[in-house]
Amino acid sequence: MTPKFKAQAGTFESSDIMILIEPLEKDSGRKVDISSTVMLQFEKDIKKTIDQVLDKLQIQDLHLIAKDKGALTQTIEARVETAVKRSLGIQEGTM
Amino acid sequence: MKNAIGVEIPEYIEGLGKLEPFQGVWSSIIEDEVPVTNISRTLKAKKPHASKLCKNLEEAIKKCKPFDGMTLTCHHHLRGGDGVLMQTIKILDEMGIKDITLASSSLTSAHDGLVSYLEKGMITRIFTSGIRGALGDAISVGKLKYPAVIHSHGGRVRDFLTGRIKPDLSVLAASAADEEGNATGAHGPSAFGSMGYADIDARYSRNVIIVTDNLVDYPCIPSTIRQHFIDYVVKVDSIGDATKIASGTTRITNSPMDLRIARIAATVIEHSGLFKNGMSFQVGAGGASLAVAKFLREDMKRKEIIGSFMIGGVTSYGVDMLNEGLFHSIFDVQSFDAAVSTSVLNNPNHIEISCDQYANPNNCGSMTNKLDVVVLGALEVDVDFNVNVITGASGEIRGASGGHSDTASGANLTVVVCPAFRGRLPIVKDRVHTVVTPGESVDVIVTERGVCVNPSKPNLAAALKKAGLKVVDIRDLKEEVECMTGVPAEKQLGDKIVALVEYRDGTIIDVIYNVENLS
Repeated sequence: MTPKFKAQAGTFESSDIMILIEPLEKDSGRKVDISSTVMLQFEKDIKKTIDQVLDKLQIQDLHLIAKDKGALTQTIEARVETAVKRSLGIQEGTM
Repeated sequence: MKNAIGVEIPEYIEGLGKLEPFQGVWSSIIEDEVPVTNISRTLKAKKPHASKLCKNLEEAIKKCKPFDGMTLTCHHHLRGGDGVLMQTIKILDEMGIKDITLASSSLTSAHDGLVSYLEKGMITRIFTSGIRGALGDAISVGKLKYPAVIHSHGGRVRDFLTGRIKPDLSVLAASAADEEGNATGAHGPSAFGSMGYADIDARYSRNVIIVTDNLVDYPCIPSTIRQHFIDYVVKVDSIGDATKIASGTTRITNSPMDLRIARIAATVIEHSGLFKNGMSFQVGAGGASLAVAKFLREDMKRKEIIGSFMIGGVTSYGVDMLNEGLFHSIFDVQSFDAAVSTSVLNNPNHIEISCDQYANPNNCGSMTNKLDVVVLGALEVDVDFNVNVITGASGEIRGASGGHSDTASGANLTVVVCPAFRGRLPIVKDRVHTVVTPGESVDVIVTERGVCVNPSKPNLAAALKKAGLKVVDIRDLKEEVECMTGVPAEKQLGDKIVALVEYRDGTIIDVIYNVENLS
């Protein structure tokens, strides 16, 4: 699937992660930018978690920006899933 | 050579000399006589009615004949609001003085501006109890010529007395002073409370300048610093901003996590066997530590316990407890908010003490040796109960040793409070990045997920279990937390030593290597 809208989920609070998604043109693939307060310790983990959720939801052609303040894996999964569903227009709720 | 906690300590460091490895908390202290040499202070005479007043700080510094390679000391009672150290450094730099050893009792965000002086080699050595912010980052990446030496508050006094630090010039801020140099921090527009650290500088430095923005008629009463130690007095426009001593007034945290940890810690104290009339107590000013005072206050009222003394960094919260009669007295070496100064001035049971009396390991009257309970914070702890309060998650220098190891070694019960993880970073490690306080002197680590008791205190563990507290093995706690957070990747360390951590007895407990990338 391909995102239809710009969407976001999460906050800038400590222990949370802000996920921003914007659609890209067809066949441009995934572009993922991560910044994190625990980059040094968990960069690989954060990237892997985001990829796994995108794989599971079969999402392509998007630019995802993650601004992490030390969120746990489960939080990252939930925020990415919510942002993706909002960008597809299948999630009820804000934005 | 390896020290008692297994850290490889170099025998010699250029610019700092021979090093002694840490051998254990009390191993270098021999009762009655301590096997170190004490130096005497410089004697200086003055003719009758000679004036000490100088027209500005520059003139006073010139009269002290500054020279390349000198040692400058300052105090940090104004913390984030200090304006005197930077003024002094700027003047010395304009005079072309180089290769300065800076031995400020601590360094705060007010001293970020020192970085450029490190870079150009104007400051080449630093002895201090705390380094933060941009200065910490600069030292961590290796911008200081010789490794910085981090000592404890008590260790600083010992360093002065043994000549490890030989102050040539001390520039001391006072919120009120007279023309002879009698000085206090207890009153005046920039009042900051106790002058407990500065007292040592005044007694042991070759040249002492009192800087004040509030020159009062002779004699300045009460005076912490006395005129017979003072060479020159300067009136300046401002010694700094006393409102920045604490970031806002010292309030109890609203964080549910910190409150939960504090509640558990207070319960630990209540069932430690020390919670009785005459108990003495010290607590830090930050987050969960200060919040312990809130619950202890309630518990003391409920059980009608009256304590003997509170000590250390004093907050207005502590002053309230004194005024309520929960403690007989406060011994104040440093006031953590400007409001405390009124109490220092007016309450005879609020007693200002020097850092020597507070924590010097080599005297026969350290207040820390009289402590029942101390509650301390931590950036990291490890499975051997060692505590790190100096280096952050990226290995950068960003904290303060302060009185951490002094009080831990002296107190009957040392309680360390910290969350089990902070922003995904587990607090319990196999080995902390930097050991400031050795596990040997830590009794209990309190987290929201359970209480870990040092295996050397089985009776305490039994008592806490009996009281219904969740006592867990520290290794189990570490595993539980890592299941949630994941195991953090190892830090990339350089091979250059950028700082030494001195234990309070002057031996080296740990070394800090440079970090290549700061995130």
